[in-house]
Amino acid sequence: MNSEKELILNIKDLKVEYRTEDGVVKAVNGLDLEIEKGKTHGLVGETGAGKTTTALSVLDLIQSPPGVIVDGIIELEGKNIRGLKDKEMEKIRGNDVSMIFQDPMTSLNPVMTIEDQIAEVIEYHESGGYKEAIKKTHEMLTLVGLPPKRGKEYPHQFSGGMKQRVVIAMALACRPKLLIADEPTTALDVTIQAQVLTLMKNLRNQYDTSMLMITHDLGIIAEICDKVSVIYAGRIIEHGNLVDIFDNTRHPYTEGLFNSLPNLKDRKAKLKPIKGLMPDPTDLPTGCPFHPRCDYAMDICSKAYPEKQYRNDQHFVECHLYNDDNIEKGGLIKRG
Amino acid sequence: MTDNRNPVDALKIKKKYKKQNQLKEIWHRLKKNKTSVLGLVIIGFIIILSIASGFIYDYDKDIISQNISERLQFPSIEHPFGTDELGRDIMARIIYGSRTSLSIGFITVVLALIVGGMLGAVSGFYGGYVDNIIMRAMDIFLAIPGTLFAITIVAALGTSTINLMIALSISSIPRFARIVRSSVMTVRDVEFVEAARAIGANNFRIITQHVIPNSLAPVIVQTTLSVATIILTIAGLSFLGLGVSAPQPEWGAMLSSARTYMREYSYMTLFPGLAIMVTILSLNLLGDGLRDALDPRLK
Repeated sequence: MNSEKELILNIKDLKVEYRTEDGVVKAVNGLDLEIEKGKTHGLVGETGAGKTTTALSVLDLIQSPPGVIVDGIIELEGKNIRGLKDKEMEKIRGNDVSMIFQDPMTSLNPVMTIEDQIAEVIEYHESGGYKEAIKKTHEMLTLVGLPPKRGKEYPHQFSGGMKQRVVIAMALACRPKLLIADEPTTALDVTIQAQVLTLMKNLRNQYDTSMLMITHDLGIIAEICDKVSVIYAGRIIEHGNLVDIFDNTRHPYTEGLFNSLPNLKDRKAKLKPIKGLMPDPTDLPTGCPFHPRCDYAMDICSKAYPEKQYRNDQHFVECHLYNDDNIEKGGLIKRG
Repeated sequence: MTDNRNPVDALKIKKKYKKQNQLKEIWHRLKKNKTSVLGLVIIGFIIILSIASGFIYDYDKDIISQNISERLQFPSIEHPFGTDELGRDIMARIIYGSRTSLSIGFITVVLALIVGGMLGAVSGFYGGYVDNIIMRAMDIFLAIPGTLFAITIVAALGTSTINLMIALSISSIPRFARIVRSSVMTVRDVEFVEAARAIGANNFRIITQHVIPNSLAPVIVQTTLSVATIILTIAGLSFLGLGVSAPQPEWGAMLSSARTYMREYSYMTLFPGLAIMVTILSLNLLGDGLRDALDPRLK
């Protein structure tokens, strides 16, 4: 049904396990994800839901052992990239797909000057040698709002926000088709968060880069994303555009995420966090993995995994509460 | 070494830093540590002396020719360190002897560092059975006492400087392999290594560009300390008659021949002993200072 859309990334039925001595951790369980060209796709979920594992498996960067991609198809611009040889994967990393890591403090090499680190990416993927790479590096630094002359400094001479700018410059240096941002602002304070987000937004528009934004912050999603997927226990449980997810929330878990946000208008309202914790991924509950924490759990929830129910051609939810008759109306659950 | 300049000065200096390259920066940081500068000065002085000794002294005339009429003279203006039992000037022999000690010491350590460093980096980075095979082999070498191993090799292959160097570097390889391995292992899983992989770096680039430079600090200390240990071992082996052969001046060999005369002519043991001690002390001081200076995180 999505054949007419141009997809940059298409993940189908991805399954990733970490095989440890204590058991098999099922981090991602049949995840489907489609990212359209030029769009920003948000991936929200709690800690341990499998967000980072999904991102890492796109770049084939999962620590192995213990991580294994068991099954699934990962297509980049219609070409399957799962199971490519290291050599071919190295050409994709940083060039076609690049990644921004969570903590800029640790994702830069402390003993290399920052211009050398940015130039490194360019040298890997473009011919032209070091001099050319440094020239381009200085352009990139200007682009992210850093004076090029500071390129000769080391990461410890930069503040956190500036380091994240450097990381963004690095990620965008080769004009990637897809940028994966793994909680790029989690380690920064709010004012810097806003700056970095604006920067990313501008650069995305400038280069027409597609983006996978991984976050647990619904504010960031509202700010920057076109489409949202809510991930729980390694599966997309609700997917849609901003209006679908924010205004026509269907899944009780997504509801719970919204209820966990403080409400400014009604300060007396109590926070309603989702009760309980992420299920143990070595021993996922049968049926819907959310049912032990769900206020609306029914008998069937512990027995069978719910099918996808489409509200419109893109917004779907995986929950037994809904069927063809009531999905349009919703309103089964009340927003706190 | 605390930095007690006032903050304004420190700022000015920091501004100056920015325009300088990395080597200069390391030098500036090393300069703050007075004791290691002292070590560096002494080591530099010894190296210059050992190079110059070939021009100052004539090997046949000054270093090995015997002059019985001047034997066992106490230090004087003519012979600042006195003369030995064969009438040779001790100062000349000590200066000339630094060539042997320093060259064997440095060459041995560099050999051990290259081989041990590569083994350690590979085994720390890849882990698993590669690590197991390499490290168990290293364990076997570690089980053999270094000096004893050197004695065995020299006894089997004959007394020569090259055999000595081979023997000593083989016995230092495991130490380097262990140190490099352990620091590589701590760096291997750091996020910037993952980030480097995410920009398309291959394993070779990751090891050489990101892992090794970040695991250098303990290796540098080990290197300077090892030069010191090797110099000591050479002296020990020569003392036992297994090191450098007879007329060639070497500090340990000089100590060995002087010990017969220790009661009456103590200066004969004093000066070679001092030479060994000063060299090793300054190497150790320098090693400590370098460790601090090479780490840009400590500033």
